[in-house]
Amino acid sequence: MRTGTGRFGYVVRRLLQAVPVILAILALNFLLLHLAPGDAAQVLAGEAGSASPEYMAQLRERFGLDHPLWARLLLYVKNMLSLNLGFSFRHNMPVLDLILQRLWPTLLLMGVTLVLSVGAGIVLGLLAASRVGSWRDTLISILALISYATPLFWIGLMLIVVFSLKLDWLPTSGMETVAAFHEGWARVADIARHLVLPAITLSLFYMALYTRLMRAAVLEQAGMDYVATARAKGLSEGRITLTHVLRNAILPVVTMAGVQMGGLLGGSIVVETVFAWPGLGLLAYQSLFARDFNLLMGIFFLSASLVILVNLTVDLLYTFLDPRIQAA
Amino acid sequence: MAFWRRFVRSRSALLGLAVLTIVVVAAATAPIAFSGSPFRRVDQPFLPPFGSYLFGTDVLGRDVAAGIAHGARTSLMIGLLATVGAMVVGTVMGGVAGYYGGLVDDVLMRVTEFFQTIPTFLFAILLVAILAPSIKSIVIAIAVVSWPAVARLVRGEFMAMRSREFVQACICLGMSDRRVIFRHILPNCLSPIIVTGSLIVATAILIESALSFLGLGDPNTMSWGFMIGAGRTFLRTAWWLCTIPGIAILLTVLAINLLGEGLNDTLNPRLRNR
Repeated sequence: MRTGTGRFGYVVRRLLQAVPVILAILALNFLLLHLAPGDAAQVLAGEAGSASPEYMAQLRERFGLDHPLWARLLLYVKNMLSLNLGFSFRHNMPVLDLILQRLWPTLLLMGVTLVLSVGAGIVLGLLAASRVGSWRDTLISILALISYATPLFWIGLMLIVVFSLKLDWLPTSGMETVAAFHEGWARVADIARHLVLPAITLSLFYMALYTRLMRAAVLEQAGMDYVATARAKGLSEGRITLTHVLRNAILPVVTMAGVQMGGLLGGSIVVETVFAWPGLGLLAYQSLFARDFNLLMGIFFLSASLVILVNLTVDLLYTFLDPRIQAA
Repeated sequence: MAFWRRFVRSRSALLGLAVLTIVVVAAATAPIAFSGSPFRRVDQPFLPPFGSYLFGTDVLGRDVAAGIAHGARTSLMIGLLATVGAMVVGTVMGGVAGYYGGLVDDVLMRVTEFFQTIPTFLFAILLVAILAPSIKSIVIAIAVVSWPAVARLVRGEFMAMRSREFVQACICLGMSDRRVIFRHILPNCLSPIIVTGSLIVATAILIESALSFLGLGDPNTMSWGFMIGAGRTFLRTAWWLCTIPGIAILLTVLAINLLGEGLNDTLNPRLRNR
């Protein structure tokens, strides 16, 4: 068995593996900058002509546009790695500060969505698999199929129509009622109320995904020898499912949840735009409108790094969930 | 014909085929049934649906039904073109990796993994924004984020085929790599590739609708996502502006998914219960 040091070595190895990926993302950003018509300074300054000549000159210097290509690439990588992501003209703020300020609403939304979709997916998958072919199974499968095919932004808009406009139960947009100046628990409750619709919207697709995965995993596990053994021992069906099958069937769902992290981030752009949730996604949308590409690339770089970090965490979690998996 | 008989056994696949046929007919007849630009003003704004216009009119007095029909053209065209692009790139990458193995495989798979790790939708947004929104840039962006799934599948198939006896025999006969790949291996793994392709068309349509909803659609082409984005502001007063294009997307994607599952059951009968 591997010990604590084995796991430590694994972490170090995985961190080292992330380095080329981060460098590749930077190279990709750099390449995109040069794909665009005009030089990088023009692209970054935006076409609306809001940039002053001084700012343009400053940008040209920052990207070393009078140097050869490889020198520019090196300079760019150096800037980005020292988290010198530049300045957003539109927001009149350094890009890094702006992103960090908008990070936590997105993390909150993604975290709640993750818990909601994985939790509901596991329960629904178990329910569907426990009576294969029953009306319950069919209903869950049909709902999953429909959730697969529905655009996120449209579900969001329809939920707004029903729950905000017609029933007036939940707020349509934003993260909190700013004018109410809630504090302490009142503020938490207020944010929670604003969170309900965006989280449900973002969850539906992933819930469908995890439900199908969980159903397949439970059915696969149900045919295993250890289940027959447990049954022969006289354990109740509920006990077999909850303590034996569940633990094994959950693994593919956890893996998938890690793989889907990047997708979740992409989905949050659309959902945050629909609900005006003040996170990274909304920031990305606003920077699109302002043609603030410097900001957009900063968001892409940092969110890609975030996804890599989350994947690493999931891999580690995996070794705890299933000790049979050697951290190799 | 055996194929068809097996296919029609699945009711859901037939349903998918029927719905998709309606969408294709709407797309094909759009220039005749709704001649002129779908951006053209036809009547006063905000006429409710099922009156003198089937789906009513929008804020500028444009015919929503015309938008739906022309949007079907856009969705299907972008979905198909992007899928073809993704299939070509994915098949070449996966095929080369699976056939040659070794270092080539390592490098190509690292690249594939890289494209799967990065937040793909954000990357697609970045691509379209920087290349300037147009049909071409949207197709490129969707293809760039969709090919890794194909590459992984094709690689797996090629690796399995590589060690099969008939392939070994071909190699021993001195056939060129190209001939082995295109004449012998590729035709044998066509059915899973086709099934994956059908699912990619569905995803591509969803990505396209999200891009045009965010305002990254081709400004000269009507699309369902654009219609929803434009109708968003009038959610309270004119529900049909968002609801109808959304249902169009939902039905089209659902139909393609059902069709894909039907194809899967028909082409890979052994995997039915998986």
